[in-house]
Amino acid sequence: MPQHTDRRYEEELGRLRQHILEMGGLVERQIGDATRSLSTANRSLAEATIERDHEVNHYDVEIDEECVHLLALRQPAARDLRLITTSLKITTDLERIGDMAVNICERAIELSDRPLDLIVDLPRMAEMVKKMLRESLDAFVREDADLALAVCQEDDDVDLLHREMFNEMLPRMSSDPSLLVPGMAQLFVSKYLERIADHATNIAEMVIFMVKGKSIRHLSVPSSL
Amino acid sequence: MADDRMRGLAFEMTSGLAGPAAAAVSEAKSTKVEAVSVDFFYGETQALHEVSLAVAEREVTALIGPSGCGKSTFLRLLNRMNDLVPGTRLQGRVLLDGADIYDPSVDVVDLRRRVGMVFQRSNPFPKSIYDNVAYGPRIHGVRDKARLDEVVERTLHRAALWDEVKDRLSDSALALSGGQQQRLCIARALAVEPEVLLMDEPASALDPLATAKIEELIHELKVRYTIVIVTHNMQQAARVSDRTAYFYLGNLVEFGPTAQIFTNPTRQETEDYITGRFG
Repeated sequence: MPQHTDRRYEEELGRLRQHILEMGGLVERQIGDATRSLSTANRSLAEATIERDHEVNHYDVEIDEECVHLLALRQPAARDLRLITTSLKITTDLERIGDMAVNICERAIELSDRPLDLIVDLPRMAEMVKKMLRESLDAFVREDADLALAVCQEDDDVDLLHREMFNEMLPRMSSDPSLLVPGMAQLFVSKYLERIADHATNIAEMVIFMVKGKSIRHLSVPSSL
Repeated sequence: MADDRMRGLAFEMTSGLAGPAAAAVSEAKSTKVEAVSVDFFYGETQALHEVSLAVAEREVTALIGPSGCGKSTFLRLLNRMNDLVPGTRLQGRVLLDGADIYDPSVDVVDLRRRVGMVFQRSNPFPKSIYDNVAYGPRIHGVRDKARLDEVVERTLHRAALWDEVKDRLSDSALALSGGQQQRLCIARALAVEPEVLLMDEPASALDPLATAKIEELIHELKVRYTIVIVTHNMQQAARVSDRTAYFYLGNLVEFGPTAQIFTNPTRQETEDYITGRFG
C-alpha cells in the first residue's frame, strides 16, 4: 500500500498501531499472570498483577487521546478512518480484559490460603482464551480477516467449556457444601475467562470491519468472508 | 433451593446478547442527467475516456479527483459550456431527461436556462443586487415589475440571502461580502427556474463560515434541484453530496454512495486518493 503524502500522518497512524499492540501484549501478560497466580496459589503474584492494571488503564486513555487527535486534525477517510474507529473500540475491550484479569487475581487471593484442587479444565480454558486474544491482535497487525474470523469461531468452544464446568461443579457443590466457596470462586473465574473470550471476539469482529469494511457483529458467525 | 439459585445464575452466566440487525435501504431516484460513453477532446488531447455516469434527480453528486483529472471538463459539458472552447470535440451522448443535449435541434440558450452554473469566483454583474437577480428573467422576457419583484424575493429566499439584503436591494452587488456575492450568484442562477445546478468549486474562495452557509444552502436546494458539484475539498464532498464520483486521468474510476466512498471505497485508487496517499 502506498504511503501517505503527509509523512507525519503516516507516523501517527504507525504509532497508534504500535500502542495497540503494546497494550495487547500487556493485557495478554496480565491474563497469564492472573491465571498462574490462581493455579500456583501465589498471593504476591496476584497482588502485583492487580497493581499493574493501572498501566493498562493508562494505555486506554492515551490511545483514546491519540484517536481523538487524529480524528480532529487529520479528517481520516476509508481504511484510515476504519483503523481509528476500530482502535477506539479495541482499547475498550482490552481495558475490560484487564479488569477481568484483576477479578481473577482477586479470586486467586481469596483461594490462596486454602489448599484446593483446581477444576481440571480451568488452565486449559485460560490457554484457549489467551490464544484467542493473541490471534485477534495478530489479525489486527497483519490485517488478516480470515484469522479474525477463526477467532470468532473459537468463541463457541470456550462457551461450551464454561457450561460444562458449570454442570460438572453444580452436583459436587450440592453434595459437599464445603466445596461451595471454592467452587463458586472457580466458576467465577470460568465466567471471567468466558467474558475475556467474548472481548477477544469483539476485537476480531472489529478487525474484520477494519479490513473488509463490513460488520458481522451481532450476527451468527459466517463460515467464510 | 440452592440448585434453583444456581440454575438462575447459570443462565445469567451463559446467556448471550443478540441485537437486531440493522438494514440499510437506499431509496432509488430517477436519472436526471446521464452521460453515456463520453469521450472528450481538446484538440488532439483526450480529456475524458468513455465516461458513463447517471446523475440522480434531486440529489447532490460530487465530482472529485486531482487537478487535470477531467472533473471540471465533465461538469462543463453537462450544459455545453465547452462549446465555447475552440477545437473541442465530444463523442458519446449526454442526456437530460433522456434527450440528447448535443442534438443539433437543441437550443443552447434554453439548455443553459434548464442547467444553470455557479463558478469558483463569484462574478456578480456591476449592477444592483436586484438587477443581478432580475437579469435572467428579463432576458427571458419578463417585464412586469410585480412579477420581477416576486421572482427576486423568492429566489433570494431560496439562496438564503433575503434577510441580509432585503433593505438594500438597490445597492451595488459588488458591495456584498464574498460569501454573499456567491449566494447572489446562486440566486441569479435560480431566478430562471433551472432544473439542474452545476457548481464548480463554489466555496473554494470563501472563509469557513461562508463555506458552511453555501453547504447548508446546497442541502436545502436539493429538495428542488439536481446538483452536480466539483470540489477539491474532500470533506466538502463528504458533507454535501449523496453520491461521489472519483475521476483520475480522464477516467471515471469509481462512482457510488458518498458514505460508502468515504468509509469503504471499492477501488484501491479511490482509497489512495481520499486517504491522502496520492503521488
